[in-house]
Amino acid sequence: MSLSAQLPALQIVVPLLTAPLVVLLRPRGTAWAATTASSAMAFAIALAIAAGVLSGDTYTYAMGSWPAPYGIALGIDAFGALILLLITGASTLTLLACRRSLDSDIDQQRQPLFYAAWLLSLAGLSGIAASADAFNIFVFMEISSLAGYILVAGGPDRRALPAVFKYLIMGTIGATFYLIGVGLIYMMTGTLNLADMEARLGNVTNLDPVLVAAGFITVGLALKAAIFPLHVWLPNAYTYAPHAVTAFLAACGTKVALYVLLRFDFFVFQGNLAEHDVQFSLFLLPLALLGILIASGVALFESNLKRLLAFSSVAQVGYIMLGASLVTVTGLTAGILHMFNHALAKGGLFLAVAGLALAARGLELRQLGGVARRMPWTFGAFVVAALSLIGIPGTAGFVSKWYLIQATLDHGALGIVAVLVIIAGSLLAVAYIWRIVEAASFGDADGQATTVREAPTMLLAVTWLVALLNIYFGVRPEAPVELSRLAAEILLAHLL
Amino acid sequence: MELLGYFNYWVFAIVFVIGLYAVIAKLNLIKKLLGLAIFQSAVFLMYITMDKVEGGTAPIIQKGVEGQLYSNPLPQVLILTAIVVGVSMTAMGLAIVVRIKEAYGTIEEDEILDSDHTA
Repeated sequence: MSLSAQLPALQIVVPLLTAPLVVLLRPRGTAWAATTASSAMAFAIALAIAAGVLSGDTYTYAMGSWPAPYGIALGIDAFGALILLLITGASTLTLLACRRSLDSDIDQQRQPLFYAAWLLSLAGLSGIAASADAFNIFVFMEISSLAGYILVAGGPDRRALPAVFKYLIMGTIGATFYLIGVGLIYMMTGTLNLADMEARLGNVTNLDPVLVAAGFITVGLALKAAIFPLHVWLPNAYTYAPHAVTAFLAACGTKVALYVLLRFDFFVFQGNLAEHDVQFSLFLLPLALLGILIASGVALFESNLKRLLAFSSVAQVGYIMLGASLVTVTGLTAGILHMFNHALAKGGLFLAVAGLALAARGLELRQLGGVARRMPWTFGAFVVAALSLIGIPGTAGFVSKWYLIQATLDHGALGIVAVLVIIAGSLLAVAYIWRIVEAASFGDADGQATTVREAPTMLLAVTWLVALLNIYFGVRPEAPVELSRLAAEILLAHLL
Repeated sequence: MELLGYFNYWVFAIVFVIGLYAVIAKLNLIKKLLGLAIFQSAVFLMYITMDKVEGGTAPIIQKGVEGQLYSNPLPQVLILTAIVVGVSMTAMGLAIVVRIKEAYGTIEEDEILDSDHTA
């Protein structure tokens, strides 16, 4: 067997095995170095897989050489490859950038444990995207969530604790709903392998339990993905987590749940439940539109920088779901592309926030007065990423919103409403980003004793790298568009 | 008969809702976690019920015993995993509650919210 055949397994095994080793690394900085190296290796594997997928391969791997559907299979297609790129890329860049930021947030003694949790979270998230088995996805989901709670609670702010408790409660309810759904499908089909499940559902005569399963799985994953109005755990968890953790989770945390949601609803249920696409749209399209408007509106009045951006994330999940709930290839392409582009934009924004946080006394907007003058480069990167978030032409955010508008315009009167909502959401984004820029540029530097000028070099370099990637993928969007289109075609195979 | 035939599933549904109610309605964080544990146990019951084959016995293959009807072992294995996940979740939740108690001096949700708003 060649190395490339082993890539799906290595994708999970590398971070999973590094995690216990990192716990033992006590000398200063070694835990960080090992974690970053492992994460970079995972990123390299994801890049190799994505390149393979673009040239027409799909990856399957039978764990322990037990053939599917009896063994636990891994399977990576275009959609999984894109999500893996997001996860490993976000983790690697954040780790590279945020060493100083994490040093100031996390106790020196506890750092090895924290980094081990980071790697477990990375392994769990990658496992979800690489797995082709419904129960395996549940286990990886819980690995990543448990590790994620540790990461969010790791910071010095005590308000992180109630936030993480809420996150734990809602995350567990979501995962348990998913487990019930999987159980019901298993009851009817006797299989856990996604492809096998899809095939065997065709022979099931009484589809009522499957319909219930679809409901449980969709709602459970919507909870994990923070789809409005199930987003209430997200703002506080993002706000009080260590800044590096926010950058990592904001870039890929909710997207992985969306990935499983789309995979189940389109791949497993679409061909087997009558009118499933109609029910899916009727349920999620209104929520997506409301999510865009309400979350953007709340962001407009939010006074804490991280909370503001967290509410903007809820709105962005709305755009992704809007694309998906149109149930067309263009719509899904737009939605999936927006996952990628939003990860770039929001990742860049939260990295810049990590830089700003080192200099400012707090992240309330009024405490940020004059930051733009003292840290022009850090804030410059923030603005570039923010332009991409808004969707200014020439940035990545514009490309996905353009696709989204094209997709919605195929839908007549409803499409017009959706386009209006997209435009309103973007205008609201302009407004809330402007509030930040205004506070940072023209606000008074009231009594800020810190003399910090710019963010640390590595943080600044990585933040600018991400900001420039936003522009690069705005000008040359071919690779992500191609991956998204392939993913959309795989998901919609039953409707084409 | 229909009703009794689904007895385990009725219990599943009732226990499930009791757990969910406790999670939502109780303000004490420990009670919330207890609710969560009840909620998860209900799902364990569902899995264990569906693996039962009428007249089937424990799925252990022995020499000399042939033609035996066995219960399906897979859901039992799955739920063993899910129980482990549930235990870790409860442990994690309790650890967080301990830290909340250290940081806030209370484990009542409303008092925690109050103390952050006044602070």
